[in-house]
Amino acid sequence: MQRRAEYVRALKPPGAGLYRARRRRGLVVDLPLLALLAIACAAGLLVLLSASGHEWGYVRRQAVFMALGFAAMLAVAQVEVRTLRRFAPLVYVAGLVLLALVPWFGVEAKGARRWLDLGPLRFQPAELLKIANPLVVAAFLAARPLPPRWWEVLAAAGLLAVPAVLVGLQPDLGTAILIFAAGFFALFLAGLEKRYLAAAGLLALAAAPLFWFYLLHDYQRTRILTLLDPQRDKLGAGWNIIQSTTAIGSGGWFGKGWQRGTQSQLDFLPESHTDFIVAVLAEEFGLVGVLALIALYLLLVLRGLAIALGARSTFARLLAGSLALTFFVYVFVNLGMVAGILPVVGVPLPFFSYGGTALLTLFVGFGILMAVAGERKES
Amino acid sequence: MKPAPFPDPERDRRVVTRRLLASGLFVLLGCALLAARYYQLQVIRHQDFATQSEANRVHVLPLPPSRGLIFDRNGELLADNRPGFTLSVVVERAGDLSGLLARLDRLVDLSDEELARFERLKGRRKPYEPVPLRVSLSEEERSRIAVEEYRLPGVEVTAELIRHYPHGPLLAHVVGYVGRINERELETLDPVRYSGTYVVGKTGLEKYYEDALMGEVGYEYVETNARGRVMRVLERIPPAAGRDLVLGLDLRLQEAAWEALGDARGALAMLDVRSGAVLALVSKPSFDPNPFVSGIDAASYRALLESPGRPLFHRAIQGQYPPGSTVKPAFALAALAEGAMGLDTAIYDPGYFTLPGSSRRYRDWRKGGHGWVDVHDAIVQSCDTYFYTAGVRLGIERLARWGRAFGLGEPTGIDLPGESAGIMPDRAWKRAAKGRPWYPGDTVNASIGQGYVLATPLQLAVMAARLARRGERLVPRLALRVGEEPLALPLLAGRIEAPEADWDAVLDAMVDVVHGPRGTAKGIAAGLSYTIAGKTGTAQVYSLGQEETYDERRVAQHRRDHALFIAFAPAERPEVALGLIVENGGHGSSAAAPVARRVLDRYMALYHGDGGASDAAAR
Repeated sequence: MQRRAEYVRALKPPGAGLYRARRRRGLVVDLPLLALLAIACAAGLLVLLSASGHEWGYVRRQAVFMALGFAAMLAVAQVEVRTLRRFAPLVYVAGLVLLALVPWFGVEAKGARRWLDLGPLRFQPAELLKIANPLVVAAFLAARPLPPRWWEVLAAAGLLAVPAVLVGLQPDLGTAILIFAAGFFALFLAGLEKRYLAAAGLLALAAAPLFWFYLLHDYQRTRILTLLDPQRDKLGAGWNIIQSTTAIGSGGWFGKGWQRGTQSQLDFLPESHTDFIVAVLAEEFGLVGVLALIALYLLLVLRGLAIALGARSTFARLLAGSLALTFFVYVFVNLGMVAGILPVVGVPLPFFSYGGTALLTLFVGFGILMAVAGERKES
Repeated sequence: MKPAPFPDPERDRRVVTRRLLASGLFVLLGCALLAARYYQLQVIRHQDFATQSEANRVHVLPLPPSRGLIFDRNGELLADNRPGFTLSVVVERAGDLSGLLARLDRLVDLSDEELARFERLKGRRKPYEPVPLRVSLSEEERSRIAVEEYRLPGVEVTAELIRHYPHGPLLAHVVGYVGRINERELETLDPVRYSGTYVVGKTGLEKYYEDALMGEVGYEYVETNARGRVMRVLERIPPAAGRDLVLGLDLRLQEAAWEALGDARGALAMLDVRSGAVLALVSKPSFDPNPFVSGIDAASYRALLESPGRPLFHRAIQGQYPPGSTVKPAFALAALAEGAMGLDTAIYDPGYFTLPGSSRRYRDWRKGGHGWVDVHDAIVQSCDTYFYTAGVRLGIERLARWGRAFGLGEPTGIDLPGESAGIMPDRAWKRAAKGRPWYPGDTVNASIGQGYVLATPLQLAVMAARLARRGERLVPRLALRVGEEPLALPLLAGRIEAPEADWDAVLDAMVDVVHGPRGTAKGIAAGLSYTIAGKTGTAQVYSLGQEETYDERRVAQHRRDHALFIAFAPAERPEVALGLIVENGGHGSSAAAPVARRVLDRYMALYHGDGGASDAAAR
């Protein structure tokens, strides 16, 4: 423990975290990120209006969440990185406690208990873990020399495994994997040696049959089988993916025009304003729209990675990098599943899918990125 | 435990930087992969998906045409379409089908028949195609279903036009009926044209003029949402209603003939001699065609099939009876024209006929014989011996040729399906049909319309009309007009050549059958204000032994002779001709001729009377 303290002191950048210096720099905000996020939100509202069948109610509520999100983001951006680091364990433990409460106090929806009812707001504790996981792993690893040694790897894996198992039991395998991945990126960026990577890969492979036969629910197995052959149950499990690929494919290069996508407007596309909203965009704005969307996300991710590169402390770099990569995973999994190359898991498309909690988590993540960016500028 | 490595911020930095750059590379790769997938879907496979999406969205709904109506010559409706409500189920939307059927059963009391038919139809249909459960829903049942609608997913009540025959049994055989398309018909009917149409003409005019009555199907291209609800109509090609049929038939004469036949089994055909139009075509007993439209239940159908009177059987065109003496005018003309008999040739009738070199006696209907008879007497008194002699002199081949010229042994060509040809036998026919040679005795029997000779009541009417037209071979026709196009009438199939003097002799004799003092039908002459030319016939159903005598009272009713009569009127300028049979009625003179008289009276009253009746036929 003492050695770790010395190490931390040795790493401490000169002049960092001084209260006076912090006061001097004024409002912390990353303009490129802010601009990209504004574009994403505007585009998201535009598509949502069409996807919800011109329901202004949805758009209004989503806009309110976005405004709240921006506020949250700017608030988080003002927090010092070392404060984040100090509170990392606390956030993590709080997240675990809330997760543990879900089975007893959670609200059931669509056959799974994922939500906690907090008066006016429903809250998914799993969302908190999307931030807490990279935070705690980055904090844990940054206090030690890189790359992590075997027991540090095991400890980090343990930190990630506990919430993953809890979420997986809800059951929400998709989110379980995502929050595990969020922390894992910190591990990866910390220089996790290739032999550990290989070992993890082999372990996953070996565990796959176990998963298939003992841990997956029937509907989860169906989703995977459906991915391989959507036609096996056209009107049932395959319906979503057949309709979404049809919507996407029929968009062509330039799309059918805003609010003129027949697949989405005539309700062939299920979940068109939530998880499958990219199919609406693809149908109405064509490949051009999709490429623009991918470009937008790419710029956001690259900006995040650039912030990570430029950050001063290892903790900040690990945190910023893993948040950016986690964001990319959301995008990749969502676009991949709607396009039929990944199994259908409940992952919303950032800034486009309707839904408040997920949106807030995203903004908090970008707030942290801005906080990191702010400190870099300061130096 | 190894000592902790010395803190080296620079190395840490290098490690993370390398990993960050590697991640950036992965991100780029991921984006490229996504872009490639969307390119594949949106550009390479665009055509497939565009088609698929269009198929999702646009549905083609067939719009069945309304079936052409059928009118009689005076515009009386004989077949019309009435709005009705059909209860059907879209199986895909029903969810729990057996539960749904149970609920429907409580509402409208479904019969086993209906359920069985539903099961049958359910098996062969397109997805999302409604399967009819009950074809004619009552107003009350309809409202009961409407109330429960929210609990009946997939249940549809649709308004459609249902064929109706206002005159029921009176015209059941002529007009026929439509019925649900069965599996065999499904294979032959144009599936496009009949999409949305569930019935097809099964019998009678409904079948014969199916093509004209049917009309052309229309389409509605509609945009539907995922639940199949129609959001809007994109394009509508209206159906073309079927063409109406106007018949030459006169409902009033049909009724007159129906009543004149009474409760007897029998048939009557009456033609307009000038046009060939069928004025009346009755077959008794009959049946109500209306239940067939919506699908008759098996018990009622079995009852009709097993009824001894065979009501489904169209006697007028399918019933084949020995024509008996009604063929005598035609055969007399044959004998005269062929020179087998002269106008003055007289034959002595001792009451029987024997072939040369044979002792077998062919009896005349009158036990003591008619004495000396010429052609006139032979027709008026219906002398069998004269015709035995004439027939043997002519030989069967010539007899058959003349018989066929008058329409015996071949279909008349009326516009109805399923007409029987009857039989006008000759040597070739007997060899083919019976596998036996022709015997001279066969000729004897044939020459009085017995033996192998068989004719339908319609053929009798045609024969009468051809006599009335002095040899012009008139073809009978029910329809005068199909849609807007009037048919060119009369239809004539050549003519029968014979010297005018011979025609005069035969036709004069036919007048004396009714009006002469010794005529076999003189019983109907009383009070006639116009002339009828006729000929009675009495056809044996039951062959007597050589020495037996026929006693009407002793013979069971169904073995009694058939009574026949042919006639045309007015004899000087013929307008109508008819042929009729009263099954097991006994004598033509007593059972059949009075029927003809009543129908002809009605005709004269309608078309020549003072009552101001339509004289359309006269014009």
